[in-house]
Amino acid sequence: MTRLTLLLAGLLLLASGCSDTTSHSKAVYMLLDTSGTYTRELDKAASIINYLLGTLQPGDSLAVARIDTGSFSEKDIVQKITFDGRPSVSNQQKRDFKENIDKFVKTVKGAAYTDITGGILQAAEYLYETGSGRKVILVFSDMEEELAKGYVRDIPLQLQGVEVVALNVTKLRGDIIDPRKYMSRLEDWKKKVESGQGKWRVINDLERLERILE
Amino acid sequence: MSLPAIIENNPMVAWPVILVTLLVLLYLARQQMHRMIKAFTRVTSQALRLASRSLLLAERQLKQRNREVLLASGAMDVEKELEREFHRVDAVVKRDLQTYPAFHRSMSDLITRIDEDYRKSTDVPPSPPAWIAAIEAVAQVPNTDGGVAEILGEINNTLDRHHKSAMDSYRKASQERHGLLNKMMPFWRKLGETLDQVGKTITGLFERSEKISNKMDEYEQIRAGEDQAERRLSSSSLTQFFISGLVMMIAIGGAIINFNLIALPMSEMVGGGSYIGNFKTSNVAALVIILVEISMGLFLMESLRITHLFPVIGQLDDKMRRKMIWISFIILFTLAGVESALAFMRDRIAADMQALRQSLAGAEAVTSQVESLIPTIGQMVMGFVLPFALTFVAIPLESFIHSSRTVLGVSVAWVLRAAAFILRLIGNITRHLGNALIALYDLLIFPAIWLEEKLHRQPKLEEPAQVPNEEVLP
Repeated sequence: MTRLTLLLAGLLLLASGCSDTTSHSKAVYMLLDTSGTYTRELDKAASIINYLLGTLQPGDSLAVARIDTGSFSEKDIVQKITFDGRPSVSNQQKRDFKENIDKFVKTVKGAAYTDITGGILQAAEYLYETGSGRKVILVFSDMEEELAKGYVRDIPLQLQGVEVVALNVTKLRGDIIDPRKYMSRLEDWKKKVESGQGKWRVINDLERLERILE
Repeated sequence: MSLPAIIENNPMVAWPVILVTLLVLLYLARQQMHRMIKAFTRVTSQALRLASRSLLLAERQLKQRNREVLLASGAMDVEKELEREFHRVDAVVKRDLQTYPAFHRSMSDLITRIDEDYRKSTDVPPSPPAWIAAIEAVAQVPNTDGGVAEILGEINNTLDRHHKSAMDSYRKASQERHGLLNKMMPFWRKLGETLDQVGKTITGLFERSEKISNKMDEYEQIRAGEDQAERRLSSSSLTQFFISGLVMMIAIGGAIINFNLIALPMSEMVGGGSYIGNFKTSNVAALVIILVEISMGLFLMESLRITHLFPVIGQLDDKMRRKMIWISFIILFTLAGVESALAFMRDRIAADMQALRQSLAGAEAVTSQVESLIPTIGQMVMGFVLPFALTFVAIPLESFIHSSRTVLGVSVAWVLRAAAFILRLIGNITRHLGNALIALYDLLIFPAIWLEEKLHRQPKLEEPAQVPNEEVLP
């Protein structure tokens, strides 16, 4: 009896040793800039979301949120989901997700301000909660932050283990006149993300979407 | 002032001084240096030679062991073959020749009947013409009144009648004989068939006896440990190794296809997001199913006594073995059914994913899609057949395992031999390198050596003739 107990205990230990402690799932949080004229770019964002829906596997998480005046809020999350482990169920979830995003893109209204930092803070909070192995924040914006009066965003970001990818960073009128503005804007964001121990990337060529999750 | 500073300030003086000092020091240490180089290279060379000899010895022992194993294995194989051949001969003798007395009696009966019929059918010649003498006698009587002609005419008529009657009875007798011969035909045929059957059996036995004789020769050669037998067995093992390896590769290809067929639908059962280690649980589950199928196939083949990988199964009594056959077959059949169902599910999931991708890519829903059942049925059939096909992996696996012992032994022996050669080579190189180093050392200090030789060759100053120190008398 004692031997059997020892054997069972050994097998249990072996089984627990085999179980995986690291998560292999991915979590992607996509921030959509809805300020001013950038709303015209949202069709491109929809195609990126479709690409993500086609790429993410059962068990992965995806959230889409808007960037507006105060983005550090759950109310700005348009849609969020963790796909079911069964492929048939996750396929249906993806169809529903796409439908909701299409509706949002058609009905979205432009915001007066652009609170990117708030959006990133909200994204980091969501991503950490998912407990996924890989965490990615996609910022679909021109990266020009405009804060409403009274909003405090001069706070350090906590982005350990998070990749921040700026997508479709369009050049503003001022950037065309003085490209240094564009470069310094991107450099500022890079410093901000990297000081929070995150990884920073910029992808402007939307023909190569596979680079987003490479 | 330090030495580097002195050298830096007076390089023209300092360097020659240093070189000369160095030369002198090296010259003074020459003998010791030579001894050290010689000792070092000798030790290294001898150690390497010793290691090489050890490796050669190990190679020889391994070769001997390989030979013993190969011959033992070959003898066992031939014994099995001989046993099988004897069993076959025994079966043939029991089946065909056990009934030989009955055959013999049947043949004797047939021959007797044929003989009797043959006797009955002997041709009876028509009666000899006895009338000729009477006709000749009558013909010699002088024909005066024409009576002789009349008598001859009468004789002729009687002869004709008699001839006709004789011919009729002859025809009748011939007909009867033909009837008898006709009746003999089936007996002849039967006799011929019986003889053919016996002939075939005897020929088969003769062929088997030749085979047994050849095998016995081979067995004797193996028992005698002849080189020819060893070479033949070794060559046979290598051939078996490569052929079974090739078949195993094909089987691995089949297993990979099988894996791909069930990995995706397994995620529907165990979830696509869970992992065991770095591997998806669904993939591990699919792999486990395939491995279980292969194991069941092995047990089935083992229980059927086609392979002999597990002696425990081979030693089971027939009743238990039959139970084992049925159990492993039922499990295999169930798993094949599960795989078939998974293949069906895979087809549905793949179609669903394709539709999703199309809708995500913005394409219109394809309504005119060719809905053919052939791919679905094909996948299901493959899912059902592949587990049974994998069952036969047991046969090449057994050959592979058995032949790999020989191949591994030969390879290790070859590696040992090569290592011994390399060590010996390095030992020799080291020994000669020592001589080369001594020569190089002498080359570096050649001015000192040259000077030494010069001094040695210089004729010695004539010494005054040694005058015996004799006592001078006053």
